[in-house]
Amino acid sequence: MDVLKKVPVREQDAKVRAANFEEVCLGYNKEEAMEEAARCINCKNAQCVKGCPVAIDIPGFIEKLKEGDVEAAYQVISESSALPAVCGRVCPQESQCEGKCIRGIKGEPISIGKLERFVADWAGENGVKPQSAKEKKGKKVAVIGSGPAGLTCAGDLAKMGYDVTIFEALHEPGGVLVYGIPEFRLPKEAVVAKEIENVKSLGVKIETNVVIGKAVTIDELMDEEGFSAVFIGSGAGLPKFMGIPGENANGVFSANEYLTRSNLMKAFDENSNTPIMRGKKVAVVGGGNVAMDAARTALRLGAEVHIVYRRSEEELPARVEEVHHAKEEGILFDLLTNPTEILSDEKGWVTGMKCIRMELGEPDDSGRRRPVEIPDSEFTMEVDTVIMSLGTSPNPLISSTTEGLEINKWKCIVADEANGKTTKEGVYAGGDAVTGAATVILAMGAGKAAAKGIDEYLSGK
Amino acid sequence: MYKILKKQELAANIYLMDVEAKRVAKSCQPGQFVIVRMDEEGERIPLTICDYDRTAGTVTIVFQTVGAGTGMMAELNEGDAFHDFVGPLGCASELVSEEIESLRQKKIVFVAGGVGAAPVYPQVKWLHEQGVDADVIVGSKTKDLLILEKEMEAVAGNLYVTTDDGSYGRSGMVTQTLKDLVGEGKTYDLCIAIGPMIMMKFVCLLTEELGIPTVVSLNPIMVDGTGMCGACRVTVGGKVKFACVDGPEFDGHAVNFDEAMRRQQIYKTQEGRAQLALEEGSTHHGGCGNC
Repeated sequence: MDVLKKVPVREQDAKVRAANFEEVCLGYNKEEAMEEAARCINCKNAQCVKGCPVAIDIPGFIEKLKEGDVEAAYQVISESSALPAVCGRVCPQESQCEGKCIRGIKGEPISIGKLERFVADWAGENGVKPQSAKEKKGKKVAVIGSGPAGLTCAGDLAKMGYDVTIFEALHEPGGVLVYGIPEFRLPKEAVVAKEIENVKSLGVKIETNVVIGKAVTIDELMDEEGFSAVFIGSGAGLPKFMGIPGENANGVFSANEYLTRSNLMKAFDENSNTPIMRGKKVAVVGGGNVAMDAARTALRLGAEVHIVYRRSEEELPARVEEVHHAKEEGILFDLLTNPTEILSDEKGWVTGMKCIRMELGEPDDSGRRRPVEIPDSEFTMEVDTVIMSLGTSPNPLISSTTEGLEINKWKCIVADEANGKTTKEGVYAGGDAVTGAATVILAMGAGKAAAKGIDEYLSGK
Repeated sequence: MYKILKKQELAANIYLMDVEAKRVAKSCQPGQFVIVRMDEEGERIPLTICDYDRTAGTVTIVFQTVGAGTGMMAELNEGDAFHDFVGPLGCASELVSEEIESLRQKKIVFVAGGVGAAPVYPQVKWLHEQGVDADVIVGSKTKDLLILEKEMEAVAGNLYVTTDDGSYGRSGMVTQTLKDLVGEGKTYDLCIAIGPMIMMKFVCLLTEELGIPTVVSLNPIMVDGTGMCGACRVTVGGKVKFACVDGPEFDGHAVNFDEAMRRQQIYKTQEGRAQLALEEGSTHHGGCGNC
């Protein structure tokens, strides 16, 4: 065994998986996990923990794993995280825990994500649940949104003894974990549903089909339904479009629509009644994780898929692992390319996309080099489907119906990073609703901070 | 689960259901809509709210069976339940936020086509309760497909029924009736037209000519109904709007109806296939031209 290298993880072969929706990464078994755990040198001043937005005691759970005590390892993780099986799969470990790992200086860091995933999956398979609160506080807290921020906040509050109800607008809890991230990256039944069951086992109630701001307002929840505090984790659900000519043609979709049809509504399954456009040649515009998810979904539905991104590979916001997987599966990357117009036939169906070549100029506000058009470099790409994956912004439904809740110019709710406190008393917020579209784990970190903030607020009352 | 307390077949393939949905019944307003799902595998189907009873906690929906989803929904009976029933969605009709006094000064005409009578009804009823009597034109293809006539009569100032084939009431399209009424000397300050997209388009062309401001209620393809997917985008006055959160009501003279009608066709082939599979079951082996 080479201690400088990670124990390799088994994956579905790229050619095989390009045609199915089964999970790509197969994960470690117990032997592999224990072998990988043995590489951890249990640093006194563990840097990995500092890299984790929810501060999991990483060396602590790895120590238990080294001894082969998976159940104890799970209890260590679940003290800090409500969704370990999710995080083990979708966290950008390379820039967080694993990015700080001391082992990573000379060799490869410990495969913390894969170890977390193994522990959580083992607990799920063996019916091990997180430990619930011993004493009840007798106070009700409402959590809006059942995505990663809401589930984490609800889970933490329930562990402290609060009576928590989550309100979810869609018919299924999970937020982006259910409608956004595809099955092949995050299995819904085996992983997401199980973790949500765990949160419910702590006593958290989930009321689906309630659109806060429409069916009931935050003020009504507090004044009429007896909630002492509210956490808003409503995410960033509004899709952006480019605003170029032809964008309303038949065959242009937001990544949100495309992914929701496939993931939440199971359109990928032949038996589903939900229709989805099965294009022959698909262009996905954008370079983030959502763009990779949409592209890899379209590929699995039988299309030739091009990622069209206006900067170069170096600037792709998607995780390296996702780009790597996408390439392996046969996604084509048209980089330094920007769409200028969608072309359609006389019936309004997409026939192509006019693009222009770009080059990188001086750095912009984001620190990345600004893409500039190369004159006279226009060309037409023949496609029948275009999926816009340009990012999302928070839904104004809640902020526009809640008096005293301040938002900034990007429509994000203004909240204190340390405790989630908003400008309205008793109302806390976190996740994409505050930051704009970010990652699952950052939302979880914010949900955790807000749970602490809410506890401090209600304890002082 | 959302229990069905009453089911009635209003006309061939048009059903009315009273559904227990306390939160929706408590907060809904005329002009808003709901999304329903009949079971765990069901599609999310947007439906306009036809009526509501805040005390009983029920919401009345009316739907016509047009595809596989609504076809299966029609088989639900009293005592059965919808798996999901979410709302109210969209903005309330602008009428609701207008000063009652200024409403009483206005001469309002509603134009309802087919199942469009269902979303028109709560608005006319609401106005009636505020002491405002509006004229209502209801059009249907034929006498047997006419719905909610009695209910509408009870709340409308004047009710004008017309059938395309002349089998009942006046004869011809709703636009003809509106033209005739104006020809007879009627004047209107506001028209609210709800029905098939093509009907709304032609009503708007006429009212533009007649100089009557017109509001339409759009029913494009939707998934979530909360602004997340953008499937329902429509061009209004040259700007892209999401019907689910910015609408469903818009200034009819600013709506790009041709684009809106094209966009309704996006999944037609696939829906047709699902419908045939449902009707013909395992005996369906081609013939639809798509297999």
